[in-house]
Amino acid sequence: MDTYGVMRHFADSWMLLFLTLFFLGVVFWVFRPGASKEQRDSANIIFRHENAPDQDATELDPKEVRE
Amino acid sequence: MWDYAKVAALGLLALCAAIAANYARDAAYLVHAIIIMLAAGTAFVWSIRQLDEEKPAPDVATGYMDDVVRYGVVATTFWGVVGFLAGTFIAFQLAFPVLNFEWAQGYANFGRLRPLHTSAVIFAFGGNALIATSFYIVQRTSAARLWGGNLAWFVFWGYNLFIVLAATGYLLGATQSKEYAEPEWYVDLWLTVVWVAYLMVFLGTILKRQEKHIYVANWFFLSFIVTVAMLHIVNNLSIPVSIFGAKSVQVFAGVQDAMTQWWYGHNAVGFFLTAGFLGMMYYFVPKQAERPVFSYKLSIIHFWALIFLYIWAGPHHLHYTALPDWASTLGMVFSIMLWMPSWGGMINGLMTLSGAWDKLRTDPIIRMMVVSVGFYGMSTFEGPMMSIKAVNSLSHYTDWTIGHVHSGALGWNGMITFGALYFLVPKLWKRERLYSMAAVNWHFWLATIGIVLYAASMWVTGIMEGLMWREVDANGFLVNSFADTVAAKFPMYVVRGLGGVLYLAGAIIMAANLYLTATRGEPKAEIAAVAAPAE
Repeated sequence: MDTYGVMRHFADSWMLLFLTLFFLGVVFWVFRPGASKEQRDSANIIFRHENAPDQDATELDPKEVRE
Repeated sequence: MWDYAKVAALGLLALCAAIAANYARDAAYLVHAIIIMLAAGTAFVWSIRQLDEEKPAPDVATGYMDDVVRYGVVATTFWGVVGFLAGTFIAFQLAFPVLNFEWAQGYANFGRLRPLHTSAVIFAFGGNALIATSFYIVQRTSAARLWGGNLAWFVFWGYNLFIVLAATGYLLGATQSKEYAEPEWYVDLWLTVVWVAYLMVFLGTILKRQEKHIYVANWFFLSFIVTVAMLHIVNNLSIPVSIFGAKSVQVFAGVQDAMTQWWYGHNAVGFFLTAGFLGMMYYFVPKQAERPVFSYKLSIIHFWALIFLYIWAGPHHLHYTALPDWASTLGMVFSIMLWMPSWGGMINGLMTLSGAWDKLRTDPIIRMMVVSVGFYGMSTFEGPMMSIKAVNSLSHYTDWTIGHVHSGALGWNGMITFGALYFLVPKLWKRERLYSMAAVNWHFWLATIGIVLYAASMWVTGIMEGLMWREVDANGFLVNSFADTVAAKFPMYVVRGLGGVLYLAGAIIMAANLYLTATRGEPKAEIAAVAAPAE
């Protein structure tokens, strides 16, 4: 088969499968047990280190904690 | 040692540019060689004056590299006003062709100014905004100073040199005739160098971060930088006719070239104007609302879904062309699937305000951001709808497309950038607040009404135009000539131009407000660092 045919067959079979599974894997990973706590912490990154890298204390306290 | 090598390289570059100017085969190349010579010469003199001087200590007050962000904010504001002015002018050129002045034929007519406008707003205004905000955000969310020292300065000045080369090139006729990728081969090469430096600074900062997690805004910025690098290189594969001339020949031909171009073009929208600006949204909306993003889970799914789907949507620009049917159907299907991540992202942005909706009444900056996210949702609804083949047969080649692009660009990209600028300037210049909140209100309403005038007039004229083109009489002959449709569009063209005037007026008010904030604003009181106990 020519190069185009080989690449095309790969793209619409194994690569398609891989990309679909990868995406589904991401979705499951997001909802894994114990993720919420970490994600709550991640969402609050923007309220730390506002003025300097070593400034740890939250400068602006978010009004409430979500989830 | 490195400093001496730098001085030698800059001197050599200025010399080579002078030689290139001497051998130049066309006007655009000549002007560009002179610009490069002057830029390299200036950098050469500046570097010599820095030799063996005491290096200033890094900004100990913040530890972050903020001066390059300040320059970026100024450049964003400046190019924004320039780009909106150019757009408003060419809008009136379409309504009143007499504005294509006889004395400026070949330089300032619509065909030359139009790419100047698109590049000025997308790459100069949008690009500087993305570079400045990504540098600001990646430092704060990584708790690390920008990696690479002066490399960030190289990115800023190098990128703006690219803008100047691109803009002057269009006026002098150097273009490879690819939409949003008009600059010729040597300008493309230069942008590649700058972009690799940008990637290094951004990635280097992430790699030395102190936070364990990479905040979602940085994911969006990183995907924007990596994808734009890939798109730019593939779409600009060309062979110059002469090393001393601007003209180059594309490597691809025919429908392959068209598909490569719209793979590039659509993903320039998807990754430059969407992913990058979503990075801004995921930082500035929660910051301004003073609450974390509505759902961090949704933001991660938003990211991956957007990345996986956007890259396939390009073929919808080539419906009913020589492109195979299956490819154009594929593009259409992926465009429609994009509804989901786009609306998920919009909901995530809007719902960040839940519990703080009162801020909409009191804070014009948050209002700007909310309108921006609203327009993100609206134009990402309209786009997939227009990609459906049946709808596209009516909308393609009409002004509806232009209206769609502008509701996204003016509404989503423009408004979120204005919001970010209003957020950044008091912080960067250490001011208590903006000089005038009333001026922000004025800006908000001028811009919003301007967009509404623009989008509404383009819907009307676009659909009218599409219907007139396809109208046939009982014998199957076309009823309208092309000139008939042009004549019928006149009133809408004037309304569109007026919308542009309002939007431009708002931007000028913003520029004045930001300038006054930086120069005359009330200085920020020193934070009593020791007084407040950490909770």
